[in-house]
Amino acid sequence: MTTWLARRQPFSLRTMSALFLTLWCLIAAFPIFWITVMSVKMPLDAFAASPWDVIWGPSTLAEGKGLSVLDILATLGLLCATGWLATRRLPRWVAAFSPLGFSALGWLIAAAGLALGFGVVGVVILPAIVGGLDSALGLHPILGLTTEHYRAIWVEHAFWHNFLNSVKVTLGVTAISLTVGTLAGYALARSGSKLAFWILIAALIFRALPHSVLVTGYLPIFINSAAILRPILGDAAPTLYGQPLAVIMVLVAINQPFTIWMLRSFFHNIPADLDEAARVDGCTHFQAFRWVIMPVMWPGVITTGLFSFLLGYNDFLVTSLLLDASNQTMVPAIAGFFNRETTMTDQVEAIAAAVSITAPLFLLVMVFQRQIVSGLTAGAVKG
Amino acid sequence: MKFKTFAAFVAPSLFMMLLFIAAPLVLVFVESFYQTNPRMEAVSVESCTPGFGTQTCTTQTKIQPALDASGHQVMETQFVGLDSYRAVLEPQKLWDSLRTLDWNGIMQIDFWKALQFTLLFTFVTLPLVLLLGLGLALAVNNLTKSLRGPVIFVSLLPFIITPVIGALSIRWLFVGDGILTRAMEHFSGTDISMFAQTWTIEILMMFYRVWSNAPFAFIILYAGLQGVNQDAVEAAMIDGASRWQRLRYIIVPYLMPLITFVALIHLMDAYRVFDEVVGLRTQGHVISLQYLTYQFLMPDVSGNRSISRAEASSMLTLIGIVLLLIPMLRRTWADQKGRAQ
Repeated sequence: MTTWLARRQPFSLRTMSALFLTLWCLIAAFPIFWITVMSVKMPLDAFAASPWDVIWGPSTLAEGKGLSVLDILATLGLLCATGWLATRRLPRWVAAFSPLGFSALGWLIAAAGLALGFGVVGVVILPAIVGGLDSALGLHPILGLTTEHYRAIWVEHAFWHNFLNSVKVTLGVTAISLTVGTLAGYALARSGSKLAFWILIAALIFRALPHSVLVTGYLPIFINSAAILRPILGDAAPTLYGQPLAVIMVLVAINQPFTIWMLRSFFHNIPADLDEAARVDGCTHFQAFRWVIMPVMWPGVITTGLFSFLLGYNDFLVTSLLLDASNQTMVPAIAGFFNRETTMTDQVEAIAAAVSITAPLFLLVMVFQRQIVSGLTAGAVKG
Repeated sequence: MKFKTFAAFVAPSLFMMLLFIAAPLVLVFVESFYQTNPRMEAVSVESCTPGFGTQTCTTQTKIQPALDASGHQVMETQFVGLDSYRAVLEPQKLWDSLRTLDWNGIMQIDFWKALQFTLLFTFVTLPLVLLLGLGLALAVNNLTKSLRGPVIFVSLLPFIITPVIGALSIRWLFVGDGILTRAMEHFSGTDISMFAQTWTIEILMMFYRVWSNAPFAFIILYAGLQGVNQDAVEAAMIDGASRWQRLRYIIVPYLMPLITFVALIHLMDAYRVFDEVVGLRTQGHVISLQYLTYQFLMPDVSGNRSISRAEASSMLTLIGIVLLLIPMLRRTWADQKGRAQ
C-alpha cells in the first residue's frame, strides 16, 4: 500500500502522459481514418477546403448518396459486433472447435470466415434491410457517402485480378516460409554447435541486405532463363520473369533470416526435456519434432506466419520488378493507378484502392493483436 | 543433436538462402565488372540512286547491331573493369566539384545525392524513433490496464500498414490541396507547398518513417519494461532517487540491450529507405540508394534496363550497409558468443 502511494505519480505528470498518448493515438490513426473518409466521397468533397465538408460531404449528399440516421446506427452496430466477435468470441471458438494440433488452421479458417461474414453482412444483407426500412420510415440521408469508387476500382479496373495475385503470392510465401523455417529454427535452437552459431550470424547479415541488391542479381537471369536453362531442360525451360512462383521463392528466401531467428527464439522457450522424453520413448528426431514439439509450437508459428504474410503482402520492390503487368499484385498495381491519375475522380479511385489494400491488414490487427505483440517481443526480449 | 540430423533439418532453409541470397550477391559482384551489350558490327552498304544514264552509287560504312540467323541481336559480354562504377560514381565530376567546393555540383550526381539523403535519413530518424518509442512505452506502462489494449491496437496500425500505402496516405494529407496543407496555410497565412522543395519533402519522409517505426520500438521497450526489477526501483526510492534518476540509472540501463536491438533493426531498415520515395513520389527531388538501383533496373523509355550500372550501385549500397553494421555486429557477435558458452 505504501509503495503504491509512493509510486503514484503527481497529477501533472499523469495529465502530461495522458495528453501525450492521446496526441499519439490521433496522429497514428488520423491518416488512415482520413483516407477512408475521402474514399467514400465524391471528388469535390474529398478534396474540399473545409474538413467538415470532407466529413459531411454536402455535394455527395446533393446527389442523393448518403446515410440516414438508421444507416449510421446499423454500420456502427456492425463494426462493434465484428470487433466483439474478433476479440472475445473467436479465440474461444477456435480453442473449442479446432482439433488438437490444428489450431493454426482453425485460426486461418476463423479469420477468413470473419472477413467473409463481414463482407456479406455489410455489403448484401444490411443494406437491403436498412434500405427497405429507410424508405418505409421516410428517412433522409444526412451523411454523404458513396461506394461508387470502390465499384469502379474492383469491377471496372479489375482490381480483383490483382487481389487474387496478391493472395497467391502471400499465401505461397507464408506456407513455404513456415515449412522451411520451422525445420531450421528447431535445429538451430536445439544445436549448440559452432555451425549453428555461424548460420545465425550469416542470417543476421543477410537480413541487412537491401532487397534491390538481390533483385539486381535475379533480373537478368529471370529474363533470360529460358535461354540459360534450355541446355538442361530442353524446350520446357520456363521464363522465370513474371512467374508468381519465382517471386514466391525470392520472397521466401528474403524472409528466411528473419523467420529462423524468430522461430528459434520460440523453440528456445520449449524445454528440451520434452523432445528428450519423446526420444527416450523411441521417437526419431523428426517424429519428436512433428508429434511432440509442433503441437505446442502453434503460437510461435502463427506469429511468425503473420510476419511472413506482411512481408509478402506489403512488398513493392520485388514484385514490381519481377512480375509483369498481367500478374501484378495489388501494391505495385496501385502505382499504375497514379500514372493515369489525371482527374480528381481517378485520384479518389486510387484512394479507394489504397483503403482496399489496408482493410485486410486492419482486420488482421484486430484478430491477431496479441500474437503480433508477442512476436515482436519474442525476438528481442527472450533471445 | 547429431550433425547429420542437424544438417537434414537446416538444409532446405540453407539451400534457399544460398541459392537466392548468397548466389545473387556473388553474381552481382562478378557481373559488376562486365558489361553486356548488343554486338555492333560495321556493315558497308552500297546505295544507288537511279540516275539518267549512269547510276550514282555511294558506299557507306554503318555501325549497327549484329543479328544472328533468327534475327535476334547478338549480345556480347566484355570485361570493363571499374567502368560501371565510374559511370555511377562520376569521379571526374565529383573531383571538379570538390575542388571548387561546389556542394550543389556534388548533389547533381545521383549517387552522391542518394547517399547523402540515405545517411541523413538513417541518422535523423534513429534517435527520434528510439525516443518516441521509449516515451510511448513509459506512458502506456502508467496507463490503466483496460486502456492499454486499445492504445496498443491504434499504435500498431502505422506499423502494420503497407509502407507504400502509408506514405501515400501522408502524401494525400499534404499534397497541394490536402487538408493539412490547407490548415497550415490557414494558420500561417502564406502559401505552402510541401512538395516543391527538397527540405520539406525530406521532413515528410522522416515524419512518415518515425510514424511507422516508433510503434515497433514502443512494443519492444514496453515488453522490456514489464521485466524491470521492482526491488531495485524500490531500493532507489528509499535512497531518495527522483523519478528522473530512477529512469536514468535503473530503467534505461536495464532496457539497454533492447534499445541496441531496436537501433540495429532500425539501422538496417532505414538504410533501405525506398517505399517512401515511391509512396510520396519524391523522385524528382529526393532519391535514396535503393531507389537509385531500382531506377537503373526499371526499363527506360526505349525499354532498356541499365543492368551494369544497377550492379555497380548495388555493390556500393552493400558496402555502405556493411560499414554501418560492423560496429553493431561485433557487439551482437560477442553477445551470442558469450551466451553460447
